[in-house]
Formats: sequence, structure tokens, C-alpha cells
Amino acid sequence: MNLKPLTLAGAALLAGCGTAPSPQDLDRATQGVIHASFRAQGIATLDRLNQDELQQACSAEQAPSAEVAKRLEAAQFATIQWPGDGVYVGDWREGEKLAQNGRGMTWTDPAGVPAGGNCYNCHQMSKAEISYGTIGPSLYHYGKLRSVANPADPAAREIVKYTWGKLWNAKATNACSNMPRFGHAGVLSPAQIKDLMALLLDPASPVNAQ
Amino acid sequence: MRAIVLLGALVAAAGPAPAQTSTADGIAQYRALLADGNPAELWEAKGEALWKQPRGPKSASLEACDLGKGPGVVKGAFVELPRWFADTQRVQDLESRLLSCMQALQGFDAAAIAATPFGKGEQVNIEALVAYVSAASRGLRFNLPQSRAEERQMYEVGKRVFHFRAGPYDFACVSCHGEAGKRIRLQDLPNLTINPGDGVGFAAWPAYRVSSGELWGMQRRLNDCYRQQRFPYPGYASDATIALGVYMGVQAKGAQSSAPSIKR
Repeated sequence: MNLKPLTLAGAALLAGCGTAPSPQDLDRATQGVIHASFRAQGIATLDRLNQDELQQACSAEQAPSAEVAKRLEAAQFATIQWPGDGVYVGDWREGEKLAQNGRGMTWTDPAGVPAGGNCYNCHQMSKAEISYGTIGPSLYHYGKLRSVANPADPAAREIVKYTWGKLWNAKATNACSNMPRFGHAGVLSPAQIKDLMALLLDPASPVNAQ
Repeated sequence: MRAIVLLGALVAAAGPAPAQTSTADGIAQYRALLADGNPAELWEAKGEALWKQPRGPKSASLEACDLGKGPGVVKGAFVELPRWFADTQRVQDLESRLLSCMQALQGFDAAAIAATPFGKGEQVNIEALVAYVSAASRGLRFNLPQSRAEERQMYEVGKRVFHFRAGPYDFACVSCHGEAGKRIRLQDLPNLTINPGDGVGFAAWPAYRVSSGELWGMQRRLNDCYRQQRFPYPGYASDATIALGVYMGVQAKGAQSSAPSIKR
């Protein structure tokens, strides 16, 4: 709790009264306020407040220009790590559990426990689960709508790679997407991402079969 | 969890019907039940008693506390907060203002209360006080003052904090509260970048939470948002939280306050 009059940034900003502060002044004041307001708790350490280039570019009220977005997407695309063993698809049963699991990475989560995928928080996935969010598009029949009969077939390779890229780093195709960069940020392991790939693409999964 | 159990019972009571319909009916019935009686009244009554009761090292009541409309004026104060206060030289929300009054009038240690976890010690009393103070403005319309440079600056900072993306999930407040008609699971999300309407969003907190049986003030609401954003821990009554209050409160100008409301 800060009972001092104003923040340092605020005091400096208001010293030159009379004219309204510039956007740059307000950006600086905001940085001061943010860094003075949070503390580390559990696994949620203060370095989480340090934005990377993408987070910074996507923190304005207005989305970045098409040109900037394109440059950001290219830089994010370059971060995608493709599976070293060439296998993209795991077990959809594990994928469904991950999709249901919204835990992980908060200050109340213990260290060392793998995070969930949070999928149903934002996406419709299967017919059976009616408690789904709508921040992201519906993924119901994701593989079926894209005519994926066998994800291991070379014919499906393009959509398989696209889907892997989305899960690894959603910003590679949509710079300021609301979706976390699950692989890039180290939230999910490659094995977990393979299981989610199976949930989305396996014709037998509840996403496609029901 | 209680909410889910209740919901399940209602769905079951609705009898055999197509799953989608019975669930939707169950939710509608559950919401109607919620609106019928709001346990926040218990916190309001306790808060009124606490307001008038001599307490703390100075054994004084809070009746001389200035919430922005003059010492002791409670009615109408809530819908004009956060605002700038001359004595502290700070823009303050309801909770940070209560801390100032508790320190100045009653002799409590504001920093110690701010460091106390939610639901413990004096934080329990603050829950009751925010219920009482907000209830005295129920039905009134938000009208935060923006006449001072400090208040306008806090609005601008709050807007920037609202859009500040960081952490392992790249989330900001705007990730979930930037569009109308969106949900997380079945939970509706108000668009807080505009005026979301009477008794919605900023105009609905403090609120009684059925799921936890607790009364949450805006500070606790924001705290749990930041937890779910995977951010570090926002200080109680910190400037970032107050700036967010100014931003949301100004956006909600004209919206009728339903606080303390009832939530799932």
C-alpha cells in the first residue's frame, strides 16, 4: 500500500502542469505505476511484467498496422519448433483431458505441475461439452471440416503443420491473437501439444466423431 | 462448487428433456433464484454497525470519514469513486479511501491491513464496509469526477493498464473484456472498454459470490482477474488497481449501480 502522495512517475509528470501530458509521458507513468503495484507471489514472479516485443506492440488501444503485424507474425513464425521426430499427433484421450484442464501458471498453482490447455475456456470443441467459452472460434469438427481422414497421411500435412503452428505460437498467423503461445511460452510440452493435435485432427476424437 | 451442485439439482429437477434445453432452463431458474434474495444484506448491516462503532487504537467511529462528498456523507459517494482527495493528495477508490480513514480516524495501520490476505483480520471488516457504502448508492448512476488533472491522468493510465499484455499467456484485461457477447465456459464477460449497461461490470461490484459464500469488493475482483491473467500479485489498493477503477468507472458513466449484487 502506497500512502505517499502520488507515484514518482505521477509526481514528475504533473510537475509541469498547465499542458496535458503527452502520450509518451502517460506511457512512462503507466510503466511506473505497473512496476510499483505488483509483487512476486508463488510461481508468479515479477519478470512476468517485462513485455517482449510482441506483447508491447499488442498493448495499444489500437491494433498495430498491417505492415507491423506482418513483421511481428514473421518473427513469431520463426520461433516455431517443429517436432524433432516428425510425429505430430499423439493421443486424443489425453488431449481431451488437457482441453478440459484450465489450471496452471497462476500464483496459486504449485511449481512443477504441468499446465492444462484451457481450450474449453474459450472454444467449443465437442458436442458433449456444453460448458465452453466463445472468445475463440468454434473448433467443433475441426478436422472433419478440413477433410482430415488420416492425420499421418502426407495429404493432410499442410493442415497438420498449420495446426501445430497455431498451438505452438498462435501469434505467428495472427499477431495480436488472444490465444496464448503455448509452445513458445513453455506452457505446454511438445508431447502435450501432440495430444491436443490428436484431439483436433483424429477422426475418432470427440471433436470430429460426434 | 456450490453453484454447480445447485445447478445440477435444478437441471435434474427439470426432468427428462433434451440436454441443451434443460441446462439452459436450469441456468435461468438458478439466476432467478439468485435474484430473489441477496445475502449481501448481511454484510450491509454489519458494515453499517462497523461504520458507527468506535474502534481501533483511537476508539473512534468512521462517521467523520470523507468519502468524497464531505465528512460522514455515505449516500452517493460510491458512484463517484475513485476520485482525488486533497488530504492524501491521491486518487483513491473506496477501499483505499477506507484504509486512509481507518488510519487517520481510528489509528489502524493502513499498510498492515493492505498486506493482510483477503478474508482475514480487518479485511473481513472492509468487506462489510464496502457492502454498506456501496448499498447506500444502489440505483444511483456512476458519475466519476474528471475535473482534476490527477483524475484524468489516472483514467489514461488505467486505460493503458487495461490493455497491458504480459505474462506467460500474453493476457491483458482486454483479452476477456474487450468485446460484447463473449464467455469463458458459461460465464458471460462484460465489455469494459465501453459502458456495458446498468448493473453490469463495474456497476455490479462489490458482490456476494454464491460459489464461495463471500462478499468481494472490487479489489478482490481485480486480484482474482490478475491471478487468472497469470500476472504477479497486485498490491491491495495499489495505483494500478485504482487506475483500472477510474478507467472502468468513467467508461460506465450513467450506468446504474446494483452493488452489492449477487454473482454465481
